Amino acid sequence: MLFFIVFAPLLAALLILLGSPARWTALLGAAATTIATVLAFSRYQPGRGGFQFVSSIPISQSWRLHFLLGADGLSLTMLFLAALVLLCAIWFTPPLEKSERLFYVCLLLLADGAIGAFASLDLFFFYAFHELALIPTFLLIGIWGSGNRFGAAWKVTIYLALGGFILLLGLILLYRSVPPALRSFDLRVLQVLATHGGIATNAQNRIFLLLLIGFGILISLFPFHTWAPEAYASAPAPAAMLHAGVLKKFGLYGLLRVALPLLPAGAQHWNTLLVVLLSGNIIYVGLVTLAQKRLDWMLGYSSVMHMGYIFLGLASANFLGLNGAAVLMFAHGISIALLFALAGEIRQRTGTLVLSDLGGLGKVMPFIGLAFGLATFASIGLPGFANFAAEVMIFFGAFRVGADWHGFHLFQIATVLALWGVVISAVYMLRAYRTIFMGERSAAQFRGWNHSPDLAPILRIPVILLLAVTLVVGCYPNSILRVLRPTFSTPVISTNR
Amino acid sequence: MIPAPALEIAVLIWGLILLLAEAFADQTDRRGFATAGILGLLAVLVASFFLAPPPGATTTGFWSFYTADPLAIFFKRFALVTTILVLVMALDYAPAIRMGVPGANPHAGLGEFFTVPIFTCAGLMWMASAVDFVMIFVSLELVTMSFYVLVSFTRRNPVTLEAGVKYLILSALSTGFLVYGITWIFGVTGETNLARIGAVMTAQNFDRIPLLFGMALVLVALGFKIAAVPFQIWVPDVYQGAPTPVTAFLSVGSKAAGFVVLLRVLAPFSMLPQIGRLLVGIAALTLIYGNLAALPQTNLKRLLAYSSIAHAGYLLIGVVTFAGTAVAYYLVAYLLMTLLCFAVMVVVGNHAGDQIEDYAGLARRSPFLAFAMLIGMMSLAGVPFTAGFLGKFFIFDAAIRQHQTLLIVVGVITVGCGFYYYLKVIRAMYWLAPSAGAAPVEPSALSRLTMTLLIAAIFVLGVYPQPILDALNLPAGRAAISMTR
Repeated sequence: MLFFIVFAPLLAALLILLGSPARWTALLGAAATTIATVLAFSRYQPGRGGFQFVSSIPISQSWRLHFLLGADGLSLTMLFLAALVLLCAIWFTPPLEKSERLFYVCLLLLADGAIGAFASLDLFFFYAFHELALIPTFLLIGIWGSGNRFGAAWKVTIYLALGGFILLLGLILLYRSVPPALRSFDLRVLQVLATHGGIATNAQNRIFLLLLIGFGILISLFPFHTWAPEAYASAPAPAAMLHAGVLKKFGLYGLLRVALPLLPAGAQHWNTLLVVLLSGNIIYVGLVTLAQKRLDWMLGYSSVMHMGYIFLGLASANFLGLNGAAVLMFAHGISIALLFALAGEIRQRTGTLVLSDLGGLGKVMPFIGLAFGLATFASIGLPGFANFAAEVMIFFGAFRVGADWHGFHLFQIATVLALWGVVISAVYMLRAYRTIFMGERSAAQFRGWNHSPDLAPILRIPVILLLAVTLVVGCYPNSILRVLRPTFSTPVISTNR
Repeated sequence: MIPAPALEIAVLIWGLILLLAEAFADQTDRRGFATAGILGLLAVLVASFFLAPPPGATTTGFWSFYTADPLAIFFKRFALVTTILVLVMALDYAPAIRMGVPGANPHAGLGEFFTVPIFTCAGLMWMASAVDFVMIFVSLELVTMSFYVLVSFTRRNPVTLEAGVKYLILSALSTGFLVYGITWIFGVTGETNLARIGAVMTAQNFDRIPLLFGMALVLVALGFKIAAVPFQIWVPDVYQGAPTPVTAFLSVGSKAAGFVVLLRVLAPFSMLPQIGRLLVGIAALTLIYGNLAALPQTNLKRLLAYSSIAHAGYLLIGVVTFAGTAVAYYLVAYLLMTLLCFAVMVVVGNHAGDQIEDYAGLARRSPFLAFAMLIGMMSLAGVPFTAGFLGKFFIFDAAIRQHQTLLIVVGVITVGCGFYYYLKVIRAMYWLAPSAGAAPVEPSALSRLTMTLLIAAIFVLGVYPQPILDALNLPAGRAAISMTR
């Protein structure tokens, strides 16, 4: 099952290279992957917990390396997100002027990097799969990007490569910190070791810092976030959807899967630093977002800002906060992908994303207006959307930390700041919505309008799909919490406070 | 079962036969010689898998300066594969040779160009087995002599002549350092065999200063071979000026042999902390210089020259941490990816040039060549699922095990630099539009096959390192391999 999920996009990419029709092959591959993830999701048995659908191929005896696939609730949720966003990104790809084949191949490889990482139980392949996305990102931004695409492509690639290598050092250090007889990259083995205190506190502190910086660069943790807005602004819309929606979640997934459960003492040690940095994400980047004059840059910064909430859930490290973080990863992935897709559609129609040049679009493209409005509400975290459910869990989880403290604990201050962050994000999102869709039509140049400027009916399907998923999860969070819960009730996590 | 020394002898005899035949063949197509050379070396490569086990630990006679431990056998195969690939490239390069060699005969020079690498190969194979300073010196000279000829082969080209002269003078100088260093070491210990030098050093209490001085001189010579800073000045000019297949041979064969000798020579000296510190400094400088100087290059050959300096830096991390297996693995990865890049360069260079801008829009002109170059560059940069990544993985693992914090920090930062200049080539091929009048380039069937094999090997070794690790971890309790933990 997982084998199919991991290799279907690769297979589709290979077929496209060999000459089958690019768009249909890609769509078919992504659809098959999505269906397979839904099937896996429904066949997962939460009662049994742990990793299911495990399959393993030995690679190297001397390193005890296996190509090991397996999934629990967290990975299944992420796999579903990746497959769904991939499907929508391919669906949203407009007809291209140059090298269409290469575009779809890059898109599929980008998504497959994330999918492979989410499905891997072996840390080596978990890492390697993520880096699969590196060169496709470079090509996608460089060839089909807009604006300062050359600079952005270099920046994102070098940032991610460096972050990746720092992460690699952390993983090797983790591998080496275990007694020789037990050394392995197998996540399950390492988890058992961690529960029995197999990793020294001293080593934990060092490894956790490396992992935090490595993953932090990939997630755009403040102050390593500067690559993200520029990359998303320059990338073609489908690439931005996948990168902001899915690939960035790899880092968070890594923290949830590797750093927190395996290195609880290290997490404790660096918790204060993490809380300070994530407040930077929420408040500083939030204020920067307010000042943006272009929609794509604003969305890029807002996605950086929302990482702060997920970090808050991670840092709280209790059952409620971690579940909230996982749900928010999913919800944010969907809402940001939808926003980038719609922004791409607006750019295609108007030729600009400068906010002051746009206006009154709601009358000419009502469907885009409605969808953008709903996505805006989701992104702010209005009740009924998945983001709300997640943020509420995170806030309660984080506020509870240090509740027995006299006076205000650091976590409570951070939570209060984060709540104000919600206000900031409401301000910029609603303001953008008003400027773009309300008011008078501005004198902006509208190009490429043949008949109706609104979204073509065939393109409405992925929009409705994404909105439906976030609404279902928002109104009935148990739909994914049902499978997520066992992941976070393992003894490893609960010892962590 | 074949005794190990027979391999080199077979290679040497085959080279002599081809050279003699070439002298008497008047008007035949010289490309037959390359094919014959390739087939002969392939036969030796196959034979190397049916070797008789070497006799037990003998320290006298022939086996006192010749060893056939797994490391030696491994690098013999390495030299054979490299030479075969270089000969394949030389076949593609034949038109450029014809233009670069004076003389009315259309075959002038071709025969020698195809046969001299076989002698180099014999030298490289002996170097892999050398455990005695005399043997090291002699085999090193065999390699260097043949490179003197090869580097300045297309002598109508002034750039090539310049490269040849630079290589000749500096190489001769480094040889002088090597001999002088060996005499100092011999003067102190009274031995030239590496194992016995180690034994003398542990057994007796003697003055370390002259020994260190001799060792430093030897390191100068080996630093020249592997292109380590500060002995790297010759590299860019010679790499740029030499015929492309020879550049490939220099950067892979000569470097690999240098590292094998370095591993062997350092084994008895590992207890001297000064040497370790010196090597850490050299490694850090090499990493920084190679990577930073590669950043602004616009000529692909020069860029690969600086990148080869940079890779020498990563390899030196492995040497400093005594990770023989990691060094060997990195060298294999380096062989695959460098030769892949050079193979593409030979084909493209025949039609356009070696500037990076000549590669503009290659993805649209000849997708296969662009894809091959993409894989080569990805592997050189160290992207996972390629052999280059696993090479860096093992090297960094060794550095972490030995707590070489300085080298780790420098290494990670320079990896970031590497991404910049390797991606520059990818950018040219995939982002930029082809310049007007750039014709599509198609490789010959043989080089297409070779490139496909190299790409496949890069991916296979990128996920499945076990065959190489096994080849190096045969149960052999010899002194030299004991350090390749």
